Amino acid sequence: MDSFPVVKNILLLDSEGKRVAVKYYSDDWPTNTAKLAFEKSLFAKTMKSNARTEAEITMFDSNIVLYKFVQDLHFYVTGGEDENELILAAVLQGFFDSISLLLRSNVDKREALENLDLIFLCLDEIVERGMILETDANVIAGKVAVNSMDPSAPLSEQTIGQALATAREHLTRTLFQ
Amino acid sequence: MAMAQPLVKKDDDHDDEAEYSPFLGIEKGAVLQEARVFNDPQLDPRRCSQVITKLLYLLNQGDSFSKNEATEVFFSVTKLFQSKDLGLRRMVYLIIKELSPSSDEVIIVTSSLMKDMNSKTDMYRANAIRVLCQITDGTLLTQIERYLKQAIVDKNPVVASAALVSGIHLLQTNPEIVKRWSNEVQEAVQSRAALVQFHALALLQQIRQNDRLAVSKLVTSLTKGAVRSPLAQCLLIRYASQVIRESANTQTGDRPFYDFLESSLRHKAEMVVFEAARAITELSSVTNWELTPAITALQLFLSSSKPVLRFAAVRALNKGVGCIDLVVFQNAWESELVMGLELVCFDPVAMTHPMAVTNCNIDMESLISDQNRSIATLAITTLLKTGNESSVDRLMKQITNFMSDIADEFKIVVVEAIRSLCLKFPLKYRSLMNFLSNILREEGGFDYKKAIVDSIVILIRDIPEAKESGLLQLCEFIEDCEFTYLSTQILHFLGNEGPKTTDPSKYIRYIYNRVHLENATVRAAAVSTLAKFGAMVDALKPQIFVLLRRCVFDSDDEVRDRTTLYLNTLGGDGEVVETDKETKTLLFGALDIPLVNLERSLKNYEPSEEPFDIDSVPKEVKSQPLAEKKAPGKKPIGLGAPLAGPPSTFDAYERLLSSIPEFLGFGKLFKSSAPVELTEAETEYAVNVIKHIFDRHVVFQYNCTNTIPEQLLENVSVIVDLSEADDFAEVLSKPLQSLPYDTPGQTFVAFEKPEGITAVGKFSNTLRFIVKEVDPTTGEAEEDGVEDEYQLEDLEVVAADYMMKFGVSNFRNAWESMGDDFEHVDEYGLGPRENLAEAVSAVINLLGMQPCEGTEVVATNSRSHTCLLSGVFLGNVRVLVRLQFGIDGSRDVAMKLAVRSEDKAVSDTIHEIVSSG
Repeated sequence: MDSFPVVKNILLLDSEGKRVAVKYYSDDWPTNTAKLAFEKSLFAKTMKSNARTEAEITMFDSNIVLYKFVQDLHFYVTGGEDENELILAAVLQGFFDSISLLLRSNVDKREALENLDLIFLCLDEIVERGMILETDANVIAGKVAVNSMDPSAPLSEQTIGQALATAREHLTRTLFQ
Repeated sequence: MAMAQPLVKKDDDHDDEAEYSPFLGIEKGAVLQEARVFNDPQLDPRRCSQVITKLLYLLNQGDSFSKNEATEVFFSVTKLFQSKDLGLRRMVYLIIKELSPSSDEVIIVTSSLMKDMNSKTDMYRANAIRVLCQITDGTLLTQIERYLKQAIVDKNPVVASAALVSGIHLLQTNPEIVKRWSNEVQEAVQSRAALVQFHALALLQQIRQNDRLAVSKLVTSLTKGAVRSPLAQCLLIRYASQVIRESANTQTGDRPFYDFLESSLRHKAEMVVFEAARAITELSSVTNWELTPAITALQLFLSSSKPVLRFAAVRALNKGVGCIDLVVFQNAWESELVMGLELVCFDPVAMTHPMAVTNCNIDMESLISDQNRSIATLAITTLLKTGNESSVDRLMKQITNFMSDIADEFKIVVVEAIRSLCLKFPLKYRSLMNFLSNILREEGGFDYKKAIVDSIVILIRDIPEAKESGLLQLCEFIEDCEFTYLSTQILHFLGNEGPKTTDPSKYIRYIYNRVHLENATVRAAAVSTLAKFGAMVDALKPQIFVLLRRCVFDSDDEVRDRTTLYLNTLGGDGEVVETDKETKTLLFGALDIPLVNLERSLKNYEPSEEPFDIDSVPKEVKSQPLAEKKAPGKKPIGLGAPLAGPPSTFDAYERLLSSIPEFLGFGKLFKSSAPVELTEAETEYAVNVIKHIFDRHVVFQYNCTNTIPEQLLENVSVIVDLSEADDFAEVLSKPLQSLPYDTPGQTFVAFEKPEGITAVGKFSNTLRFIVKEVDPTTGEAEEDGVEDEYQLEDLEVVAADYMMKFGVSNFRNAWESMGDDFEHVDEYGLGPRENLAEAVSAVINLLGMQPCEGTEVVATNSRSHTCLLSGVFLGNVRVLVRLQFGIDGSRDVAMKLAVRSEDKAVSDTIHEIVSSG
């Protein structure tokens, strides 16, 4: 057992198993080919399960994988086989909930791709090189949302997307207080 | 199969995708062009962020940037520090981490990042620390150390966490620097911010991990105080169990920190409860009293609506049981306790114990039908692992109910678990055999059916009472079996086992039906099986003849050929007569040659006057698992056939030795040992030795390597002292002329030994040589050398050296056809042993024979064991050994040794080896 919980990877795949955003923290998969192979077989193993209401869990290649699906998005968190399953579950929950907060009503692939910067920032705030940074979705989304706005730009110069982002950000802030 | 569905959909989806992916058709070259906006004098933050997102997207999809591309992007990204835009800065931090710049590039951003590290904006400080610590090397670290120490105690938790987590990573590369931060980290452990405490605790433990006392102190102080986050509490539990583990040997009486673990079971966070429960189940020699609260906690999880909780709990119980099994071996009274414990935890009959604990079993049983397969698999294996005789029937009923709902791969796991349960409780064979035959009739793929058939075959083999019913089940199965492989395998098995039953005639109908209804392969197998019945059961011979004669006109030539062969060899022309031994050997003798080797030899055979000699086919020393049993009717060879050449390394040795004229008179090489190292690793001279055994001689082949570039060795030989090897006499030594650096060479020493005696002894070896200095620049050796010696380790020749491992695929057949002419049976006391497994492996190693049919594996906890060995003794004498072991309460092991061989002297020799070994 590691002396502190270690996350080996966090994956966000679409309904065909293709990458939306992934982050690997372990050397278990040294090449992109190895990573893709892992994603492919993991997706094949889990795609038929119903992980929409509660997160599901499986053993896969001597790893524990927790996963949850919403719309056409598949969320995965992988840890070593001796890891406390519930800690990994907390990471998955934090990842899933913060993305849900950030994408608001439309948690699907299209929205995720259009806000890919938020997804990347979100991954960056959850785990740093395998060490858990934060699992509270409100805190994670709060940290990410702060940055999605350019506070100096006057409202009139913002595009519709930016305006929406500002509004979303505003809403998030008020919600978290 | 699993992927089929989305792949079909793909085409329709593709058009939609074109609409909504903002990254469709994105190209690395174009994005790199776009990245030039980073150099614009008037920065557009939004545009820049978008470009960075595109770059990140490309990297994330697995695109790689060349060194030049990465450098160019990195340099232009550094320009973006001019912008005050928060969002853009965040993206800049991200892309810098992803580009992982080289150390000379890092310098470019160092000042910008250090400026951010001292910014008033928390977000800048936190991220700048993370980026800088990730890309920096040791030299820069000393410059920023002061800021990091400050950051650890920063009042903003995000900044503190960033510094602490960076510290955890830096500890791997720069431990001496990070260890200087102890005071700050210690302060952070007291932080009110939950995550800061978690990160600080992780770092502090890492810093002190080699100081047992310090960790113990840390745990003591924290278990009393308030730990704020579940994650930190989990860490504390891990460190407490570590302290318990390490103090296990030194302390007596109460286990330290058990109370802390137990109180954590009542924590409000599930992850803490689980961490504590798991820690308790993994304690070494845990007592029933200690375990009960943890089991209760896990039991609550078993019935949770969350799959993760159910999974975690059943896995912890499963693993805990595994650990407990190991304990059984270590301590006699402990095993009593564990058995009691298993009853408490898993046996509903143990009514004397609290209901809460007893219910565990029921909760677990309900998990058998869990939607999540991983959970169901864990549940079933746990139950089967812990199940006892009285719960078998109920368990079978449970499993039967859901077998139809699950996939084949999972069914195989269940079948295998049931097989081992049946071997554990042979009295329960009836209900288990019933279960197997029921599922055999249901739908299923090849692998699943094969697993069932294999299981039934194993049960028939190991549980005599199960034989008749098992054989009938198999007969019924082949009546309607779609898999040729399984049909032929079963027919072969029937041919071996059927004739030995009380009423062999009842199987004939099933077998003969195959001749009418099946394809040629199965028909051929059925004909062979009929012939075996005819050969073994004299009373049935006339009927078999009638049936076989009908097959003479089969449409397939293999079937016809076999029929003709059997009709001719069975003899008696349909009368009730005894079959001669040669025919039985032909029918039942196992093919001792691996098929691949036979195939290769046949391909190499050039048609000529000389017939193909099956004895020239190499034999591989490897026991054949049951599943790989030979298809029936392949051309068999008798057991008495002389042995032919073994594997390729042996051939190589043989060639090498026969190239040396002095050894030609020694006759044919019998066996060569694996190399034995005579020097430690990484010494000046590396020497290993191979023992070559001949009828009356033993040759030591010393492989020497000179690992010193400045030396050339000449006239290298080994001086062997025979004072502890009386039976041997040195006949010649063949020195090595020259041994240059890193070019292995061989020197040989040959000994004579009396024929027919398994001479053993210990040989002490000294390497003697002339050493010459080599000029490293020219590579030329000096004229004059110095004589020197180098002590090597001793070498032993043991009885096992005269034995060659030689697998047989069907031991019973081999045993019976060997006959008891030269059987020698005796009993031995092996004295007190750790356990049976240890005694069994000691005898196997002593004899150096090949264990057959997996009998070298001893079931845990068993009190008796039978082990089957096969080998070839010096002089090409086949030897079969049947060892029966028993262990009593005081751990005394008794052994009955039965040897059958082709030579009385060899049988006796085996006994001598055992009695003197």
